[in-house]
Amino acid sequence: MIGIVSYLVFFFVIALILGVAVLGLNLQWGFTGLFNAGVAGFMAVGGYATAILIGPSREAVAGGFELPFVVGLAGGMVAAGAAAAVVGVATLRLREEYLAVATFGIAISIQLVALNWEYLTGGTLGLIGLPNPAARFAEGPLARNVLYLGIVVAAAGLAYAGLGRIVQSPWGRTLKAIREDETVAASLGKNPVRIRLEAFILGSAIMGLAGGLYVGFIGYVSPFDFKPILTFQIWTMLIVGGSANNRGALLGAVLVWAIWTTSGFIISKVVPPDMMAQSGALQAVLIGLVLVAMLLFRPRGLIGEEEHVSRHVRP
Amino acid sequence: MFLQHVADGILSGAIISLGAIGLSLTMRILRFANFAHSELLTWGAYSALVFVGFFMAMDETLGGSIGPLSFGWSLVVAAVLAGGLTAAVALLLDGLVFSRLRGHAGHMTLVFASFGVALLVRNVILLGFGPDPFYYSNELQIAVRVGTVRVMPDQVFVLGLTAVLVVVLHFFMTRSRTGVHMRAVAENPSLARASGVDVDAIVRWTWIIGASGAAVAGVLYGLTVQLRPELGFSLILPLFAAAILGGTGSLYGAVIGGLVVGLAENLSVMVIPSSYKPAVPFLLILAILYFRPQGLFGEPR
Repeated sequence: MIGIVSYLVFFFVIALILGVAVLGLNLQWGFTGLFNAGVAGFMAVGGYATAILIGPSREAVAGGFELPFVVGLAGGMVAAGAAAAVVGVATLRLREEYLAVATFGIAISIQLVALNWEYLTGGTLGLIGLPNPAARFAEGPLARNVLYLGIVVAAAGLAYAGLGRIVQSPWGRTLKAIREDETVAASLGKNPVRIRLEAFILGSAIMGLAGGLYVGFIGYVSPFDFKPILTFQIWTMLIVGGSANNRGALLGAVLVWAIWTTSGFIISKVVPPDMMAQSGALQAVLIGLVLVAMLLFRPRGLIGEEEHVSRHVRP
Repeated sequence: MFLQHVADGILSGAIISLGAIGLSLTMRILRFANFAHSELLTWGAYSALVFVGFFMAMDETLGGSIGPLSFGWSLVVAAVLAGGLTAAVALLLDGLVFSRLRGHAGHMTLVFASFGVALLVRNVILLGFGPDPFYYSNELQIAVRVGTVRVMPDQVFVLGLTAVLVVVLHFFMTRSRTGVHMRAVAENPSLARASGVDVDAIVRWTWIIGASGAAVAGVLYGLTVQLRPELGFSLILPLFAAAILGGTGSLYGAVIGGLVVGLAENLSVMVIPSSYKPAVPFLLILAILYFRPQGLFGEPR
């Protein structure tokens, strides 16, 4: 019984952390129509920045400021937002696909920096021994994970409520207007390039928050935690749940993470251990099939966008 | 050392050019950035490997090599067959996925779907062949010295073949009826349709040319480097850099873009640690988008 409970706690911590990243992607793709091909890269920037800020000081590696966890998370968000600004400024005034190419490129480059710039990132070993923010208040692993789940629920709740307010605001309505028809929005005096840039930076900062929450939970950060497959998982979560719907984003995160972990468990029982690479490929094929099938047969997702009509024009 | 980097840069640039031509055409004629294009290189390279293995199993004597090259006629025939098979796969993917999304879904949904398709193709190959590298031939080659530069005979062959294919494509695009129609659709699809161009046929031709070019590029990459399931994945950025650098839809733009990318990648190791080499195409993309987004040979919009 205790085993099941502690597994469920563990499962929901990870699923909700990914859910936060899906909320960030939803602001970009769902509400604004921006294609971010480098979700894992922005999460990595947030994760590493958080790790450098909260980590213990050590020789031969930069950082180790031992700052409070909240400061670390904020720093991760700022760093991820700054990385987003670099590609956003270059591409958002151009054809839409250039953003896809540039975000894909920055994710690859971030991976290279994480692997090779040992002074900053600890190289392939990564940064280890990060303090768990829940450890001070809880004894034992289960209590610690339950408390961490509380932190993650609070963060996801804040992101959910904040984004809900933002997309209902005049700024949020402008996002949808730009997504639907840029020319009309521009003719009404809105600056599409600037508003898209703001949405892109904010969404990426939320992905950075997810990265920070993740490294705070597992207690270390390494380049192998933010592989390109992570980007696919986040997208599939959004498409399954329903883009332009924040409830759908969280629902998709939990559902797809359940499918992913279950399929991984079954495959590990069936496939012999010397075919590890193939079993990973099998899981990736499954995710790819779900993604393409959803795009083809149910592009709205499970719960898609709700129609919002101004109360002034209602009959 | 400098000249050696230039030689290596031109060689890898030639392969990137060949792959980028197809990508550039799809971006212009099908009007979306196809992230699955580079997986067609992987598909082509591995199908040629299967055909070569098949020929060897039929007749041992087919294993001989041509002159100083490391491979024999079996690989040449296999590459042609691989081109056909890859074109068929591209048409199949278009029929199953892309054509259903074209028109009614937003065009970024196509880009999205191409990512999913790329993931599928890459991992199906990984499932079938495993993660370990393959080679077309185990023959050792003796490098030829030209001044201070060492080149492999295979590399000279790659350069020559790329040049021939580009010239053939040039005549196809300027002299043949289909080629002229392709350029018309690239310029203005609705006007082309109104003028009686069969746009659906042009879409098919674009896939056929792009995919068979990709397959040949994949075989050449496998020949001069090695075959790995991530072959295409590692070429996504170089191919896009070449296509964007040259200006999408421009044949010679893609060729020159590919050479620039190859040279920049290989010369970069003189300035930065070679482990950062894969980031060079990304920096090129950022630079070109900041300063000349229409590409070197594109027209400003």
